[in-house]
Amino acid sequence: MNITELTVHELQEKLKSKELTIEQITKAYVENIEKHEKDVQAFITPLKENALKQAQEIQEKIENKEITNSLAGIPIGIKDNICTKGVKTTCASKMLENFVAPYNATVMEKINNESMINLGKLNMDEFAMGASTEYSYFKKTRNPWNLNTVPGGSSGGSAAAVAANMVPWALGSDTGGSIRQPASFCGVVGLKPTYGLVSRYGLVAFASSLDQIGPITKDVQDAAILLNVIAGHDEKDSTSANKEKVDYTKALKNDVKGLKIGIPKEYFGEGINSEVKQSLEKAIETYKALGATVEEFSLNIADYALATYYIIACAEASSNLGRFDGIRYGYRTENYTDLKELFRNSRSEGFGAEVKRRIILGTYVLSSGYYDAYYKKAQQVRTLVKKEFDKAFEKYDVLLTPTSPTVAFEIGTRSNNPLEMYLADICTVSVNIAGLPGISIPCGVDSKGMPIGMQLIANKFEEETILNAAYTYEQKVKFRENYEPTFKGGAC
Amino acid sequence: MQVSREEILHIAKLANLNLKEEEIDTYLLHLQDILNFANIVSNAPVDDLNESIGANDSYNVFRKDEIKVFEDNEALLQNAPEKERNMFKIPKVIQ
Repeated sequence: MNITELTVHELQEKLKSKELTIEQITKAYVENIEKHEKDVQAFITPLKENALKQAQEIQEKIENKEITNSLAGIPIGIKDNICTKGVKTTCASKMLENFVAPYNATVMEKINNESMINLGKLNMDEFAMGASTEYSYFKKTRNPWNLNTVPGGSSGGSAAAVAANMVPWALGSDTGGSIRQPASFCGVVGLKPTYGLVSRYGLVAFASSLDQIGPITKDVQDAAILLNVIAGHDEKDSTSANKEKVDYTKALKNDVKGLKIGIPKEYFGEGINSEVKQSLEKAIETYKALGATVEEFSLNIADYALATYYIIACAEASSNLGRFDGIRYGYRTENYTDLKELFRNSRSEGFGAEVKRRIILGTYVLSSGYYDAYYKKAQQVRTLVKKEFDKAFEKYDVLLTPTSPTVAFEIGTRSNNPLEMYLADICTVSVNIAGLPGISIPCGVDSKGMPIGMQLIANKFEEETILNAAYTYEQKVKFRENYEPTFKGGAC
Repeated sequence: MQVSREEILHIAKLANLNLKEEEIDTYLLHLQDILNFANIVSNAPVDDLNESIGANDSYNVFRKDEIKVFEDNEALLQNAPEKERNMFKIPKVIQ
């Protein structure tokens, strides 16, 4: 038995039947990190020794019956923009290279309450701004399916680590597709919850009205289990929703008979790679065969939503990143004569090129003379996008689209053309604009063996609907049984 | 809308960022490219629509204004680039 190939629910069964111990599981993961990290480069701060020590302590507590919950001792990887008390949280930026959060994010409190084991902090695009993890200050993460290609982003370290079996599951964050697109590129499952379902307290803010934390996992059942852990109201996040607790694993019925699936035709048009399209068309046929009703319709908001996304996200980022001034934490320049120079030089030296680009764009669209033309207009388009989705959900339970127009692209091929990189977010951003839940699951591979992702979108707080739809498809197609990463390439 | 060199320098100043001479043209080009694309919002049929400030519709979420003392000063100050006697140190502000 290869321990690291097991899903978390499989690990739970093996623990229950005493076929495995916490220490064996953690050790297997630590060994796999040692084996693959030189190729994949997924971690910014690995916590291998800590994890082994913690595993021993938790194992003892389980044996003494001090801990009885079923996730105790299960390892996890955490995206490096989620604050972890006592462990560096760098946001993959020189600005926060040495930042140690003095408190835990609410999701970390929840993870710790389950006695789960943090295997380390995972690489990302700097401040979550990017779609390839190439904008990390520290390293470029590589896609385990082909080491010459990107893992996607911004949660590229999280998705690559799950795909490479270096962690059993991970937390990512999604502002415009940053969980779903890397999940799609790496052949794993990524769920962006409804805005407000998971507390953002302790998530370093990029665009506060769009950011959500969510799971990246090997299969849909694991995504439901991890969502059970992290969802819930939090008074420390005023945008957190006060909803009754749901057990998402109960939604997994393996049955989509009568489910109404809408296919927005604009998401299958120009710019979508033909192999991606074919794979999605095959998935649509599978849903029909499983008893779902499928209908094409028009959702003509994709281009507006993408433009709106970049206006709103950058505007909020320019405001959120104003806090980095070299005073209380973060990078401070050595080159200054007065306070103003300290601010400007610290920020100019501490932020990378993409972050500065987005701050400048955000400052521009908020500045006097352009506010009405860009920011105000974008906020109105946001209403339009919400209304169009509302209309769609009057007719359909689930919307089905590609997660990304292409499979993973080669490292270095897009990083010099920001607009081209932005345009690739076309399928995912509207979900954040409207605050909806979206999941990406693998639905096949292209002729080069690279994974293709399918996105399922539901109405607000209807995670159960997309989890069940994804689960039912997964049980039929069994992607993980047919395909696995090859770790080929790597000469770049 | 055409962005001028002066404008981008003004924006950088507002954002508290320096742009090196060799960076200005690249940023200008990228900003222009992105704005040309973003202009599409001006054609959106939104004249009679209100603005949305966020994804959910909650408005004014109140809580009690209570002081909570954060005890771990050491962990806070550990991140300070410069400190003195349990305080953050900054350059002299008053001349």
